[in-house]
Amino acid sequence: MSSDLRTPLARVGGLGSARSGTGHFWLQRVTAVANVPLTIAFVVILASLFGRNQAAAQQILGTPLVAITMLLFIGSVTFHMRLGMQIVIEDYIHGEILRPLLVMANTFFTIGIGLAAAYALLKLSFGI
Amino acid sequence: MAGTKARERPLSPHLQIYRWPLPMMMSIAHRLTGIGLYFGTILVVWWLIAVGSGPGGYSRLTAFANSWFGRAVLFAYTWSLIHHMLGGIRHLIWDTGRGFEPNEREWLALATIVGSVSLTMVLWIVGYFIIGGAR
Repeated sequence: MSSDLRTPLARVGGLGSARSGTGHFWLQRVTAVANVPLTIAFVVILASLFGRNQAAAQQILGTPLVAITMLLFIGSVTFHMRLGMQIVIEDYIHGEILRPLLVMANTFFTIGIGLAAAYALLKLSFGI
Repeated sequence: MAGTKARERPLSPHLQIYRWPLPMMMSIAHRLTGIGLYFGTILVVWWLIAVGSGPGGYSRLTAFANSWFGRAVLFAYTWSLIHHMLGGIRHLIWDTGRGFEPNEREWLALATIVGSVSLTMVLWIVGYFIIGGAR
């Protein structure tokens, strides 16, 4: 008789009683690695727009390479900051109602920010 | 267990009793800059929407960016971004199992703060004196 009380499905999932594994930790690292070159690119793009007028800024941000880099930056950064802020909330907020509410609000905020930025960038590129 | 009172237990010394070593300060700075950058994305979105909204919206953004308050916010944002990036690279080094010796930790913490402050300075000097001025 097996000494393991876990079901075969639980065993193959390999997640234990916490019901979640290293996904949060790993995605934090994946987005962190992606953020390094994307942040450098973002700073270069920002610097190249410094002091330019609206028409020039619109033209540069609407260039495919710049727009795609900015979309990647926004995607990776908002994903990363959602994971990071979740850790901060879970470290300091212990209320049974407040904590899940803030974790939810964190998700809503980061998705909202990400989509607003993506919308603005696509609008610039397509010139609508 | 009704009527049982929790016994007064001695408390271990907490944060405020220790001196602040540099790696600890850098750890706190990493979290604080992360929180700052989180809300700083609102500025990034404002910037992207302003560029697409035409000259009027864009001039409101540049008016803010050129004010002393706007400059201060942008400077803090730049430093936070670079500091959080360098602090993150330090964490990625730790993830490989390296850099945990006492002198290595001190060195990495020092490199993070010196690196972030000097890179921010270089960036702003380049921005002001080399790229600077309206075009």
